Amino acid sequence: MFKTMMRRAGKCAAVAAAGLMMMSAQAAEPIKIGSFLSVTGPASFLGDPELKTLEMYVEKINEEGGVLGRQLELIHYDDVGNASSARNFASRLVRSDRVDIIVGGSTTGATMAAVPLIEQAQVPFISLAGAVVITTPVKKWVFKTPQSDRMAAERILSDMKDRGITKIGLISGTDGFGSSGRTQTLEVAEKMGMEVLADVTYSGSDTDMTAQLTNIRNTNGVEAVLNFGFGQGPAIVTRNYAQLGMNLPFYQSHGVASDGFLELAGSSAEGLRLPASPLLVPDSLPEDDPQKAVVQNYKSEYEARWDSKVSTFGAYAYDGLMLAVRAIEEAGSTDPEAVREALENIKGYVGVTGEFNMSPDDHNGLDPDSFRILEVQNGEWKLID
Amino acid sequence: MLNRFMQSRLRGLMILALILIILPAFLGNPFHYELVTQMAIIAATVVGLNLLVGFAGQISLGHAGFFGLGAYFSGIATGTYGWPSVPALLVGAILVALIAWIVGRPILRLKGHYLSMATLAVGFIIAIILNNERALTGGPDGMPVPAFEVFGWELSAFGRYSLFGLEIEGFQAWYIFASVVLLVAVWFALNLIESPIGRALRSVHGSEVAASVVGVNTAKYKSLVFVISAIYASLMGGLYAHFQGFITPAVASFEFSILFITMVVLGGMGSTFGVILGAVVLKLLPQVLADFQELETVMFGLILMLTMIFMPKGLLPTLTAIVSKRMRKKAGGEA
Repeated sequence: MFKTMMRRAGKCAAVAAAGLMMMSAQAAEPIKIGSFLSVTGPASFLGDPELKTLEMYVEKINEEGGVLGRQLELIHYDDVGNASSARNFASRLVRSDRVDIIVGGSTTGATMAAVPLIEQAQVPFISLAGAVVITTPVKKWVFKTPQSDRMAAERILSDMKDRGITKIGLISGTDGFGSSGRTQTLEVAEKMGMEVLADVTYSGSDTDMTAQLTNIRNTNGVEAVLNFGFGQGPAIVTRNYAQLGMNLPFYQSHGVASDGFLELAGSSAEGLRLPASPLLVPDSLPEDDPQKAVVQNYKSEYEARWDSKVSTFGAYAYDGLMLAVRAIEEAGSTDPEAVREALENIKGYVGVTGEFNMSPDDHNGLDPDSFRILEVQNGEWKLID
Repeated sequence: MLNRFMQSRLRGLMILALILIILPAFLGNPFHYELVTQMAIIAATVVGLNLLVGFAGQISLGHAGFFGLGAYFSGIATGTYGWPSVPALLVGAILVALIAWIVGRPILRLKGHYLSMATLAVGFIIAIILNNERALTGGPDGMPVPAFEVFGWELSAFGRYSLFGLEIEGFQAWYIFASVVLLVAVWFALNLIESPIGRALRSVHGSEVAASVVGVNTAKYKSLVFVISAIYASLMGGLYAHFQGFITPAVASFEFSILFITMVVLGGMGSTFGVILGAVVLKLLPQVLADFQELETVMFGLILMLTMIFMPKGLLPTLTAIVSKRMRKKAGGEA
C-alpha cells in the first residue's frame, strides 16, 4: 500500500515536473506551496473558491516568470472539513512533501488542529480561517488573512455607537462561528461601554427563531439587534425578524456577507447592515480608494476564469498567496526563518480583504476599518461607510 | 494447515509483532510513522469494538462517543487541571465504563438491536456536550492537548529520545509505544475470547435462547463485554488525543462511530486480525486516494461497496478462505 502510494506520488511529481519544464526552460527547483483546504464536505463553500483562487494565481504567476526566477508548485489536499484529517495532511505537507510555505486551513478547527505540528516543524503558515484564537496570542509561525470575528464585532458596535445606539439584543448560533462571535461581541461591548440586554442563541438545525426574537422584542430598552451566525440560520432570523415586524436597526455579521444570503433572505433583508469585504461592492468604492483596483481585478479575473461568482473566501486565499509570494521575494530565498521574518514585517500590502500591516505582535495585520459597513437597499448592497 | 496456523492465537500475535518490527524499514518519512501510529491506536479501538460486534452480536453506534469522551477527559484533565497522563486515562476509562454500564445493563436484558439505538443516542449526547460546553472543551473549534507523560518523562511526537543507547525521534518512540499498546490490546482480546466469558458470548451470538436455556446469564455477559469495549475506546481516545496534540468534537461524531463499525465489517466481524486490517485499509484509503482530488469520496464509496458485495464476510476471512482453498487444491493435486 505504501509502495503504491509512494509510486503514485512519484508519478504525480514527475508529471508536474515535466509540465513545469515545458513551461519554462529553467532548471531551478520549484518553490513548493502547500495547502490543505475543505474543498468538499460541509465547509466546501470556503474551500472551493479558495482552491480555485490558488490554482488560478499560481498558474498566472508561473506564466509571468515565477518568483525569484523559480516556478511555483502548488501541492494541495482536501481535508473534507475534518480537523484530524487536516492535521494529517498538514503533516504530509511538511514532512513528506517538504513544502516551503503553507497557505490553507479553511476552518478554524482545521487550522488549530494543524498549528501545534506546524509550529514544531517551523514552516511559515498563512491560515484562511477567521477566529481570533489563531493569531491571539501570537504564534511564531502562524499568520492569517481574514479579519477576526473580534474585528467584526468592533466594527458593528462602533457603527451602532455612531448611530447613538448603546443597548443591544444579541442572537447567535451555537456553532463555532456563532459562539466565538458571541463571546467576542460580549467582550467588545463591555469594553466600549455598551450593554447587551438580551443574549439568546439558536442551534444550527433550528428552522424557526421567532421565540428567541420575541424574547428580544419583549426586553425593555433594546435599541438594535445583532445576529452573529453562519449558513442558513441568519437567513431564517432575518425572515422571522421581518415577519414579527420588528423595526429596530438590525445587524448581521460578516459571516453572511454574500449574494447568496440576499437570495435566501429576500425582501426581509431590506435595511439591515453588516460589515463586509469591499469585494461585494467593487464599483461603488470611491476612485481614490487604494483597494479599488485590486478588488476589481480579482473579481473580473476570477469570474472570467471560473464562470462563477466571486466570494470573499476566495479573496482570503488570494491575499494569502500574494503575502507568501511577497515574503519570499523580500527574503530572497525560501529559508523558512527568513520568509517568516519577511512575512512579519510586511507593511502596506493592499489586498482584496484590506491593507495588511504585519508586525511581531500582530500576525493578521488588518484593522477593523478594513471592513466596510454595507446596507441592503432595494435588494442590493449599498456602501455606507 | 494454514487454517490451524491462522487460528492459533499466539501465532497470530507473533505475526502481528513481526510485521510491526519489520514495518519501519518501509516507512520513508515521519509522516508515514504518524499514519501508522494512528492506525495502531484506531485498530486497538476497533479490536475492542469487535468483541461486542463480532462476539456478542450487538452493534454500538456510539463508540466514537466513548472514544471522544476518553480523548476529552484526558485533554481537559491534563491540559486544564494539570493531572498526570496515566491517572487521567484511567479515571476517564472508569467514567466511560460507568456510563456504558448504566446504559447497557437495562437495555441488554432485552433481545434485539435496542443497544444500537441507545448507543446512537448516547453518542449524540456526548457530541452535543463537547460542542456546546465551550468553557471546558473549546467548543467546535477544539482544544490543544499536552504531550503524554509518565513520571515527568514526556513522550512527544517532536522530541528526541535515547532508548538502549539508540537515538530515536519522537515519532519513532510513539510508533513503538502504539505498537506495544496494539499488541497488548490484541493479546487481551484474544485471551478474553478463549476464556469462559468468550465461550459464553459465542453461545449468545449463536442462539440467545439456547444459551440462556443452558444457564448462561446472557444479559450479564453482554453488558460486561459492552463495558470492556467502551473501556478500550476510552483508553485509545485518550492516547489519540495525546498523540494528535489537538482534538475537536469530530472525534465523537456519528460519522466516526460509523467509521469504526465499517472497519469491523470490512475487515471481518469476529476476526481480531481482520478488523485490524479493516482499520489499516480505511485509514490508508483517504491518503492513497488524495491524488484523485474530487473523485476521492466517490472512489472511497465504490471500494467499500465492491468489497461488501464480493467479500461479504470481510477482507481477512475471505482472503484466508481463498488461500486455504488453493492450498487444499494444490495438496489434493499432488496426492
